[in-house]
Amino acid sequence: MSEILRFATAGSVDDGKSTLIGRLLYDTKSIFEDQMEAVERTSEKMGTEHVNLALLTDGLRAEREQGITIDVAYRYFATPKRKFIIADTPGHTQYTRNMVTGASTADVALILVDARNGVIEQSRRHSFIASLLRIPHIVVCVNKMDLVDYDEEAFNKVKEEFREFAMRLEVPDLSFIPVSALVGDNVVDKSANMPWYEGPSLLTHLETIHTASDRNMVDVRFPVQYVIRPMSDEYHDYRGYAGTVAGGVMKPGDDVVVLPSGFESIIKSIDTFEGPVDEAFAPMAVTVRLNDEIDISRGDMICRPNNQPIVTQDVDAMICWMDETQSLSPRKKYAIKHTSRAARVMIKDINYRLDINTLHRDEEATEIKLNEIGRISFRSTLPLFVDEYRRNRETGSFVLIDEASNATVAAGMILGETAG
Amino acid sequence: MTYELSHLRELEAESIHIMREVAAEFENPALMFSGGKDSIVMLRLAEKAFAPAKIPYPVLHVDTGHNFPEVIDFRDRRTAEVGARLIVASVQDTINAGRVVEETGARASRNRLQTTTLLDAIEEHRFDALFGGARRDEEKARAKERVYSFRDDFGQWDPKAQRPELWNLYNGRIKMGEHIRVFPISNWTELDIWQYIADDGIEIPSIYFAHKRNVFERDGMLLAENDFVERMEGENVYEEVVRYRTVGDITITGAVESGADTVEKIIEEVAATRQTERGATRADDRVSEAAMEDRKKEGYF
Repeated sequence: MSEILRFATAGSVDDGKSTLIGRLLYDTKSIFEDQMEAVERTSEKMGTEHVNLALLTDGLRAEREQGITIDVAYRYFATPKRKFIIADTPGHTQYTRNMVTGASTADVALILVDARNGVIEQSRRHSFIASLLRIPHIVVCVNKMDLVDYDEEAFNKVKEEFREFAMRLEVPDLSFIPVSALVGDNVVDKSANMPWYEGPSLLTHLETIHTASDRNMVDVRFPVQYVIRPMSDEYHDYRGYAGTVAGGVMKPGDDVVVLPSGFESIIKSIDTFEGPVDEAFAPMAVTVRLNDEIDISRGDMICRPNNQPIVTQDVDAMICWMDETQSLSPRKKYAIKHTSRAARVMIKDINYRLDINTLHRDEEATEIKLNEIGRISFRSTLPLFVDEYRRNRETGSFVLIDEASNATVAAGMILGETAG
Repeated sequence: MTYELSHLRELEAESIHIMREVAAEFENPALMFSGGKDSIVMLRLAEKAFAPAKIPYPVLHVDTGHNFPEVIDFRDRRTAEVGARLIVASVQDTINAGRVVEETGARASRNRLQTTTLLDAIEEHRFDALFGGARRDEEKARAKERVYSFRDDFGQWDPKAQRPELWNLYNGRIKMGEHIRVFPISNWTELDIWQYIADDGIEIPSIYFAHKRNVFERDGMLLAENDFVERMEGENVYEEVVRYRTVGDITITGAVESGADTVEKIIEEVAATRQTERGATRADDRVSEAAMEDRKKEGYF
């Protein structure tokens, strides 16, 4: 069992998301007394009737004053079984940008649906972004069950509605839990109010979700991040390639090829501070040494001769545009960061812009604006070593950076090499 | 063989990745070191990231002059051990140069003055990236801060204009005069830090362990009797068995009553505690609901 589980939540205050997170934190004793007292004091000052658990996550002055959530907040809690990292994103302003950010590293997406309202536009948007970012597990919490008399039919109705819509998306693992965040039903402990529900509570489910097989353990990908040359008496000839394993399992003795040079060698040793290791896999940060002296630098990729990424300058990708000061359009040039490799790209074409509510593809679109998603193609100044994002989140993702403002303007998920 | 890492090893790998990324992409980084447990863990991670080579950046200590002597001894010993160059930026020098004016009165502290000293040091040494040991579980403003936290020419943090940060792709592009604060242990919690210290057998300053100390009570906190704080009426000194949960300026860092004299006992205590470490022990965060946010905007750690 992997001990860290990263999950993303999204939604507005009304759907009970903050209450649910507050309950998970509170019931796992992850909220401290001084935090709770501060929240109580502020709630009182603001004249709200109940203790507003949203104040636990809304940390900035403007947020508290305006009662809004500006940004992705990270929260932590642990049980004896697992450590949890929550990326909590707001429902309204900059919604897509923030959820894409939170979803990029998540193992699980937590989606809340109000049992009274069923699947609404917001639930569709959340699910679409979760599937676009290839979050492997989606957990749908059908909330406010206390307000529908804990009725099994109401739960089943939401479940069917959601399933039907999710068929159009790629969701490897989808589960449903009837909860009441306010009362605590099925959040940490199983509820006696819903004897018809045979599944686990939300927390038990999160504790037992199997995420190990979500990582790519097949395709060896080692982007070289930094070259270690101590140049000391003791390590006079030491030359190690430091990086984070992005896929597959590496072992000393393995045949490898280095991109872009194409030179082949054999792994001599995989080093860590504690000494050499027998194997390395994602997401271990290690230092690889090879049998031969080859010229290797940051941005190069070590992989197996019989299993190489696509080497290309022409890439097709889905992107989410994140900059409010400009939009994306053909011919524009940006800096790209892909694994440890940096290059420049020129946008060649906008294939279509996607309406994330209807999934309609607008092929006439000439630009992609803030919080919009679309399919584009670009050409880079250097060959990139890419995999399909669905195959490898590390070698399939990139960001675009505006070279004048230095702002991160887009997040991209690679579909493959541009055809033709 | 199952291909899974323990949570500490996964956090460690993430931190090492960040530290290497900064070494590769910046001209002139430095690692801020206070002698506290978080910066000690950060220094150990840097050691791991570049072994068997030395850490390719200097260590920077912003020294308020109001220190626990045990911590300064530790700082000197530990930086010598890892072979890092130590740069001390002194608040006293900033005061002597007339750049800031010392606060007066019983509640005087040099905490806020540090920001000027730090920003001056950044300018003097032309640092373009500074590692800090802040964690997101510490404080609400920090919960929203990026791993790469962009600072403008004035060292200011603008919480509303942060760069989106996705996957493990960090945008380190800056213009002349700007810099990035890097927080490689953002995702660690207080308990993670202690478990890591135990797991790796990392040495920490003695003041973290239970010891007898002359203290007085102020605002519900136990402050050490020291030469830098004027005591107010009714603040009587008495001896108590205490330890520190955080290490900072001696004038504002409170001790907690505790008998925990080993790392294992500290872990038990931390796991059972119902107060955040900053809430329990830092006068600087008690000033207002947004005390940390306001200081960060000015360029604080």
